[in-house]
Amino acid sequence: MDAWYFTEMPYPHLPPQDSYASDRVSLSNAVFDPEIGADLYNRYLDEYVIADDLGLNLMLNEHHQTPTCIDPAVPLTAAILARETAKGRILVLGNPVANRADPIRIAEEMAMVDCISRGRLDVGFVRGVPYELFASNTNPTQTMERLWDGIELILKAWTTRDGPFNYESPHWHKRSVNIWPRPYQQPHPPVWTTGSTNGPNIDRVAKRGFHFASFLQPHESVRVLFDRYRAAAPDGPEAATRRLGFMPLVAVGETEAEALERAEKLRWFLRSKAAPQFRNPPGYVSVDLNIRALKGQFAGRTAAIRQESTDYLIDKGVIMAGTPDQVVAQVERFYERTGGFGHLLAMLQAGFLDHQETVRNITLFAREVYPRIRHLAGAKGQAGATQTTRSGHP
Amino acid sequence: MAEKSSGNVEILKIQDIDLEVERRGAGPPLVLLDDEEGLTRESPVVDQLAKSFEVIIPSMPGFGRSSRPNWIETMDDIAYLMLDFLDQAGVEDATLVGFSLGGWLAAEIATKNVSRIARLALVDPYGIKVGGPWDRDIQDIWFLTKEEVQALKYADAKNGDIDYPAMPDEKLEIIARNRESFARFCWQPYMHNPKLKRRLHRISVPTLVIWGAADGVITTDYGKAYADEIPGARFEVIENGGHFPHLEQPEHFMEVLGGFLADAQKAA
Repeated sequence: MDAWYFTEMPYPHLPPQDSYASDRVSLSNAVFDPEIGADLYNRYLDEYVIADDLGLNLMLNEHHQTPTCIDPAVPLTAAILARETAKGRILVLGNPVANRADPIRIAEEMAMVDCISRGRLDVGFVRGVPYELFASNTNPTQTMERLWDGIELILKAWTTRDGPFNYESPHWHKRSVNIWPRPYQQPHPPVWTTGSTNGPNIDRVAKRGFHFASFLQPHESVRVLFDRYRAAAPDGPEAATRRLGFMPLVAVGETEAEALERAEKLRWFLRSKAAPQFRNPPGYVSVDLNIRALKGQFAGRTAAIRQESTDYLIDKGVIMAGTPDQVVAQVERFYERTGGFGHLLAMLQAGFLDHQETVRNITLFAREVYPRIRHLAGAKGQAGATQTTRSGHP
Repeated sequence: MAEKSSGNVEILKIQDIDLEVERRGAGPPLVLLDDEEGLTRESPVVDQLAKSFEVIIPSMPGFGRSSRPNWIETMDDIAYLMLDFLDQAGVEDATLVGFSLGGWLAAEIATKNVSRIARLALVDPYGIKVGGPWDRDIQDIWFLTKEEVQALKYADAKNGDIDYPAMPDEKLEIIARNRESFARFCWQPYMHNPKLKRRLHRISVPTLVIWGAADGVITTDYGKAYADEIPGARFEVIENGGHFPHLEQPEHFMEVLGGFLADAQKAA
């Protein structure tokens, strides 16, 4: 199993949550202090470098108009880490293809980062959460077709050697595509995507050999998604399992109490709020789900589980927290319950977890947990804890 | 070609689209283009019109029980489809009345071809951009809470109360489809066709633009500007009516519409 360090790069210094309507989309950027922002960006990048030194791979993402994630341009952070790190793989999960104006630009950005990092890049393409549609103004009824249309165009741009080629689809018109640079990895970097309950979409992802990841979902749901992926993969369940990824919040402590205190801080991320109209723009989910919404039985995909207790979330696998022994056991349990997966996308920083605690969390995970779960499902990325650290952190 | 489903509702095949068409009453044809929520067809106004007209209500693709293939992308597409429908239905000298999104569609149709249309009434239609890039001509209903939207739409917000959980699933499915299709056609450009304003001058039949004085989604000033683009259009305001003035002030609305139809009849 490969492990990846992840933070969503939060800006947690906010007014009381009951004093505004929504963290997502509409919270005034007057709240954002550029001095604090500058400190946070540099701190988060430092922590990625530390995670790299400690033998972890690195995962990045982007969101817009939200203090939950102040990285609105993931190619920029990926490019910085391509230079600032030398060992770990860098996973962009992902590029919000449906919400970007030009997929060719994404193909170029990713090819460039792949070259700078000398082939350490994994590239994710995502549909984007519903809130994003307000920042991008993407039609909520067309996100899936824009996502796939964009993915096909990017793959073609990466792999075409006898261009320029043309592409005229409902969403994009290109008459002479011939990107410079092409990717460092041949024929192209590993491709990832994410998904929820859309079964046919999972089949399509599996058939294409893309990696598939699920975030912060209970093990029962993840099992259904992973089994569907395995059944559809052309190269059999074992190889398919290697391409599956899961993201929990992860808190490791010397003692259980220390870990739970840390987990409580990470839960900040689950408490972020989005106004109801941002959670479910019309057409983002199916008519069937919207019938349930009209009956008051559905308020958007992410709402329900987040209110539950930490104990409950640990049981479900959404949070993995405890001593190294406990976290290893939790990863193994989740692995058993979901039929296996190849990538643990560990959200080791969130909310007010400060630099010192984040480094402690990363270090304990990299040294005491990762080496003991690495044998699960094989591995291809960084080999876990190393004794020397480039930046001199513990 | 046409199969009767229930009562006076039939599903017509037009190109690859199953188009739901409801007919009520008898008399000269009045083609009614419903609002995006499907509220108008259930209002007393339609029954009143059906006393003197054959009221023909085609559902737009994606609304009601009409199908919505992917190639239908804009109100422009739907306008051409509706022209095909008018040809197929063979209506002559029709009165065309459109409400809100249906009003936008009626305006689109009338800019393209009025050979089967004798008079036009638009009720609080979306469809054009009046101001500049920084002006919000039409309130962003998808950005606001449902309570805020309801307050903007109705002169008295209570008039917009609907008990969704009490409705049967078949009805909720139509509402959910209507909402999805509304976003499909109106998300961007937001609630308008940038080309339409410059085409309104082509409307060559007597036209009435009716506006609810209390419409908070699109103001009376917008309505006036809309009417000003249509040669000779009459502009009438309904006091204490919101975005759906015919639902909140049906008597006043029928008076205004009836007066226009009588005058247009005399002139013809």
